[in-house]
Amino acid sequence: MADVSLKNVSKSYGAVKVVHGIDLEIAHDEFVVLVGPSGCGKSTTLRMIAGLEDISGGEIAIGGNVVNDLPPRKRNISMVFQNYALYPHMTVRENLGFGLKIAGRPAAEIEAKTNEAADILGLQPYLDRTPAALSGGQRQRVAMGRAIVRHPDVFLFDEPLSNLDAKLRTQMRVEIKKLHRKVKTTIVYVTHDQVEAMTLADRIVIMKDGHIVQTGTPLDLFERPVNMFVATFIGSPPMNLVDGVIDGGKVRFGDGSTVPTPGDLKARAENGRKVKFGFRAEDLTPVGHGLADTVNAAPIDLTINLAEPLGSETLLLTEIAGAEVQAKMFNPRPIKPGETLPCLLATDRCHLFDAATGKTLR
Amino acid sequence: MSRRARDIAIWISTFITMLIICLPGLWVVLSAFRSNGEILTRPAVWIPEGLSLDNFRSIFGFGANVVAIPVGSYFANSLIISMTSTVVAVAIGMAGGYAFARYHFSGKAAGFLGFMLSRTVPGIALSLPLFILWSWIGLIDTRLGVILVYTAINVPFTIWLTEGFFRQIPRDLNEAAQIDGCTPWQAFWRVEFPLAKAGIASSAIFAFLTSWNEYALASQLTRSTDSKTLPVGLMDFTAQFTIDWAGMCAMAVIIIIPALVLTFLVQKHLISGLTFGGVKG
Repeated sequence: MADVSLKNVSKSYGAVKVVHGIDLEIAHDEFVVLVGPSGCGKSTTLRMIAGLEDISGGEIAIGGNVVNDLPPRKRNISMVFQNYALYPHMTVRENLGFGLKIAGRPAAEIEAKTNEAADILGLQPYLDRTPAALSGGQRQRVAMGRAIVRHPDVFLFDEPLSNLDAKLRTQMRVEIKKLHRKVKTTIVYVTHDQVEAMTLADRIVIMKDGHIVQTGTPLDLFERPVNMFVATFIGSPPMNLVDGVIDGGKVRFGDGSTVPTPGDLKARAENGRKVKFGFRAEDLTPVGHGLADTVNAAPIDLTINLAEPLGSETLLLTEIAGAEVQAKMFNPRPIKPGETLPCLLATDRCHLFDAATGKTLR
Repeated sequence: MSRRARDIAIWISTFITMLIICLPGLWVVLSAFRSNGEILTRPAVWIPEGLSLDNFRSIFGFGANVVAIPVGSYFANSLIISMTSTVVAVAIGMAGGYAFARYHFSGKAAGFLGFMLSRTVPGIALSLPLFILWSWIGLIDTRLGVILVYTAINVPFTIWLTEGFFRQIPRDLNEAAQIDGCTPWQAFWRVEFPLAKAGIASSAIFAFLTSWNEYALASQLTRSTDSKTLPVGLMDFTAQFTIDWAGMCAMAVIIIIPALVLTFLVQKHLISGLTFGGVKG
């Protein structure tokens, strides 16, 4: 039962500043995912919340109490590590109960809570094994069990799924989400995988070079990225970007072709401004193979360089004005490379970014 | 060569090698149970005609010919000196090894290299300066004097060995323990120490054996029953014109036995049965 508040928190190693005064309010029960490329400061931020790293400036509060100078054990948090960090010399049961034992709880209580956690995570059959005798997914579950046993105020996850294979990762992702429903605790989760971020988060915090770039719900970030970095980081495949110049309510590309300026951006798109025209693959579709509700679509003929069938849809690699872009074909039919297809671009869903600053014009 | 012939050749060469290695030890043990007469007979008597405990009896002061050598005191000195220097060296080694494995500090690399280089100095080269220094401060012929020297000899080694074991333990385990509610001290004793036990046990054995068997320095720094250790005591069997080989061999066996017993007791810890399954796999 706690919210987490970061005020102007910064971290430096000597002269190198890795986190530049970030502000973040995390509500009670909220599932917040910190996401960004490696080296963006997300893990450092998490470790500062945990108390494993000192903060160089600012203030961190958990449940209203400033914890800047408290050691990890006094913050009532728990953490799941990337490599699980299970105690190799203890059985699963001892691993789960370790925190309670250190806290001096009575044996009966430790037993009960260990069993409760083991039930939630399906660990009953493995309680007397050591971590060495468990599979990757089971170890992951033990690590989560160890975190929930103590009923902490805040869960911290540091890239917990990155050591699992793709199938198990999807499975554990669902389990983590279910776990959050069940235990209703504030969760701060760090990952570099935008899919994990999108699927798990109530709110995503995108970080880059020690700054928060954008904060919002997954759909917010997907639909209204504040700059090109967010636009290309969130969503798969990444957003397509094509160089262009505003020219009388249109965007003129390098080869002279034009598309209409997205309706809601007309006011801010002054003539002659150099822009990056951005759109997602699903907004550029062959005629008859698009999303049903596409309106205000501009026709455009495209020569397909490469087709990647994914089953329910096919990704089409093509070019607009010399820039490589991806289109999507729903209800796909077989495509031959070199085929030219009449396509529709849903211009009202497109984005314009300033070519110099990368910021959205929206 | 057929497979069988090669196997036989390997066995024979192994046997000869082991014979060469073991023969001196075997000879010492055999001689400990024989009389001086039989030991010195030429040609050598390989199969003993009669084994007896007479040599041990005379060392410990029973039986017909009592050897006037205070084996009891030497044994006590050896035990006290070896144990104390081992305990101190392991304690310092653990702290130092942990610091080198976990913390960054200036001069770390140089310090570590320095410790290892100190092992290259032959102990005997230090004996003269040590002798002068110890005689100034009155540590000649005291157990404390020998304990200090042995501790100093062992510390670089125990640091070096335990450092390697602590370095193998992922830092995450300590952090996980701290998040689970441990103080840094508890995290060390509950998590990291149990995992490094094998390394600490090995360093303890090596330190003990080094101290137990050391002769050169002890022969300079000890004088009397106050501090003489068993290896130095061996020289008591050499008189001006005679050497009591039988007594010397019996005493050598007495020196060997505790070391042997200890090694057997601790060896199961030496075989590092711990698998680091707690981290990813």
